[in-house]
Amino acid sequence: MVDLTRRFDVLVIGGGNAALCAAISARRAGASVLVLEGAPKFYRGGNTRHTRNMRCAHDAATEILTGPYTEEEFWKDLLLVTGGQTDEELARFMIHESKDILNWIVEQGVRWQPSLGGTLSLGRTNSFFLGGGRAMLNALYRTAEELGVDVLYDAEVIDLVIEDGMFLSAQLKQPVGGKTEVRASTLVAAAGGFEANIEWLKQYWGEAADNFLIRGTPYNRGAILKMLLAKGVQEIGDPTQCHAVAIDARAPKFDGGIITRHDSVVFGIVVNKHAERFYDEGEDIWPKRYAIWGRLVAAQPDQIAYIIFDSTVVTSFMPTLFPPIAGATIAELAGKLELDASALEKTITDFNAAVQPGTFDHTILDDCATQGITPPKTHWARKIETPPYLAYPVRPGITFTYLGTRVNKQSRMLMKDGKPSANMFAAGEIMAGNVLGKGYAAGIGMTIGSVFGRVAGREAAKNARN
Amino acid sequence: MHGTRILQEADRLMTVCNSCRYCEGLCAVFPAMEMRRAFSDGDLNYLANLCHACGACYTDCQFSPPHEFNVNVPKTLAVARAESYAAYAWPRAFAGAFARNGLVISLIAAISVAAFIFGFAAINDRGALTGIHTGPGAFYKLMPHNAMALLFGAALLYAILALVMGVRAFWRDIGEPVGMKTDARSLLQAVRDAGELRYLDGGGVGCFNEDDHPTDRRKLYHHFTFYGFALCFAATCVGTLYHYLLAREAPYAWWDLPVVLGTLGGIGLVVGPIGLLSEKWKRDRVLVDAQQMDMDTAFILMLFLTSITGLALLLWRESAAMGPLLALHLGVVFALFITMPYGKFVHGIYRFVALVRYARERQVMQGKAE
Repeated sequence: MVDLTRRFDVLVIGGGNAALCAAISARRAGASVLVLEGAPKFYRGGNTRHTRNMRCAHDAATEILTGPYTEEEFWKDLLLVTGGQTDEELARFMIHESKDILNWIVEQGVRWQPSLGGTLSLGRTNSFFLGGGRAMLNALYRTAEELGVDVLYDAEVIDLVIEDGMFLSAQLKQPVGGKTEVRASTLVAAAGGFEANIEWLKQYWGEAADNFLIRGTPYNRGAILKMLLAKGVQEIGDPTQCHAVAIDARAPKFDGGIITRHDSVVFGIVVNKHAERFYDEGEDIWPKRYAIWGRLVAAQPDQIAYIIFDSTVVTSFMPTLFPPIAGATIAELAGKLELDASALEKTITDFNAAVQPGTFDHTILDDCATQGITPPKTHWARKIETPPYLAYPVRPGITFTYLGTRVNKQSRMLMKDGKPSANMFAAGEIMAGNVLGKGYAAGIGMTIGSVFGRVAGREAAKNARN
Repeated sequence: MHGTRILQEADRLMTVCNSCRYCEGLCAVFPAMEMRRAFSDGDLNYLANLCHACGACYTDCQFSPPHEFNVNVPKTLAVARAESYAAYAWPRAFAGAFARNGLVISLIAAISVAAFIFGFAAINDRGALTGIHTGPGAFYKLMPHNAMALLFGAALLYAILALVMGVRAFWRDIGEPVGMKTDARSLLQAVRDAGELRYLDGGGVGCFNEDDHPTDRRKLYHHFTFYGFALCFAATCVGTLYHYLLAREAPYAWWDLPVVLGTLGGIGLVVGPIGLLSEKWKRDRVLVDAQQMDMDTAFILMLFLTSITGLALLLWRESAAMGPLLALHLGVVFALFITMPYGKFVHGIYRFVALVRYARERQVMQGKAE
């Protein structure tokens, strides 16, 4: 039993990578630590459950990384994906710290492995967790518990008492035991974003948000973020934006994770419910092409689209959880997808007629393009003409949100007046917007979580001692 | 469509896993899975026998129950594995022995022991069974050596024949050409992987058994058991050579090679099975094929009885208890031999064959990559 009447040095709200790194680093610095995870034990860890790698800078190849990835190169990649929407000082600090994280995280029991099959392009930049994100989480929890960190599950925080930027206590609600006042000298908020809060998403997306699928657990509701912003913490990041990819429309509403994704866009065409194409399917190379399609589909009527291809490309991409829907003719396929058969036939006929000869190579921006149609398909354009015709229905799959709390290099929250909070820190997705104002680069969410989690825990422990 | 419901479920899981692949560093099952996009019955039986039931992929899986995808690879493959043993059994008529394995094996063991006791008493003078016999040839006062060699040789040959026929069926089922000679490299690799229990370690941390804390205990106890068994087998072989080549008759002195090997092996076969049984009882039921508990327990107990009766015979061989103990030991060993092809023993054989195939597949893949 956890003694909730005592005053903890550090209260960590959240239970993912950032929260556990904060808890471990605070405990190692000598602080007493309580972790409140809002989800049940099985669903602990928020989006970390579904991750698989981390992007860290390193000056030389390692056992699992194929070559160096310098701080400068990491910075350039970040600049590219965010289009400059990043705090350079914080970002460069994070990138520098990420070097040491490669070893530190191993000391916390996490194990690395070389990049997974089908992700060779990440073999130099990203370190993969052996067994995936849940294995990583399990290791962090084991280490935290061995160090004497107290952890409660199903531990929902319903209110925070904050006065003049100073955290005093949290109101905890548990299924058994009811409401309890939890006191601590410092707070580390590592409770993620609000991607699973459909009502909140509706503020920006309207009724369309009802058709969104959420890739993580239903517990990422942003309650802590909302409280902090309401109590004077400065916000950062575009509140209207979220990271979305195209996932299978047959996926469950929540927690389908990585296995519902589709990466077959470049091998065919994508049509909306009117059987019309709406964007250049050959614009960019993986993983960038992968990241834009969620938002493109979100902008289509009823937030649904269909990736359509033929039997010649079926083995060109990773096997999928849901099998493709098949038709011996375009009309039959249209029938199964409940699309207008003549409209789909026309779209495909027009597309096929526009395809120009070229040499197909999906690993580069090749010279297979269309001519004379709008939108064009600028690369990898090949005729769709070999039955059976196949399709995946896709919807926007929301991964994370960008709105967060402003922090400084100590991971300390800044208040609306610009002053640092006396005793409140933030780490992980809840403050990711500081470095990742928009876009995404594989594994960067975990870098943000581990680096700022470790810093937040260390600083909170120091703060609690003073 | 698949032949059985469990293969249907295994196919569903492999489809889920193949679109995730987070577990590919844990063992051989997932890399083997990734070499395929669709799974035949034989493929699934191959993967089932390649699985060492370390449990890591369950603990690490974000989709294990209570998640609606309900992914439980260790349990599903355990059930499929047990069903495959029955499917490959030779002769077919004995396939049912797997289903009620505990009962079948205890009955056969009891009958064998009774037969030896009755046989000793019937063939020899009254009193020979409980008499004190010492010196070379003491055992053969109860049963002539040639009779013993003939009986156990026949039992062993039968077991080998039945196992070979089973392996043949397995090899066919997983789609390998019959009569194909495997290459030495794959064979050596499989010997190494099996000898080290390379894949019974959760990718490095250890097995998951009663909770989410990995340990190496199952691997350790399995090593005790396997190498104990191997030493006992070696002791028997050396004894046979002594008898026929050097004309030296058992019982041998405690310092003699057959006794030293047998004693060390016997100790391994006491420690190992006790450890494996206790791990089995502690094991999280969610990972376990409940139907198979019986079969596992029966086999472990038979190994334990073999070693315990053997050690008892060594200790009391110069007393009046020698006769009954010899009957008991021979009865247990005889039962162990003839039930080998119809119980848990086969797991080692099929897993080894699966490892040979995996080593071959890896080589082919690497060859393609180069």
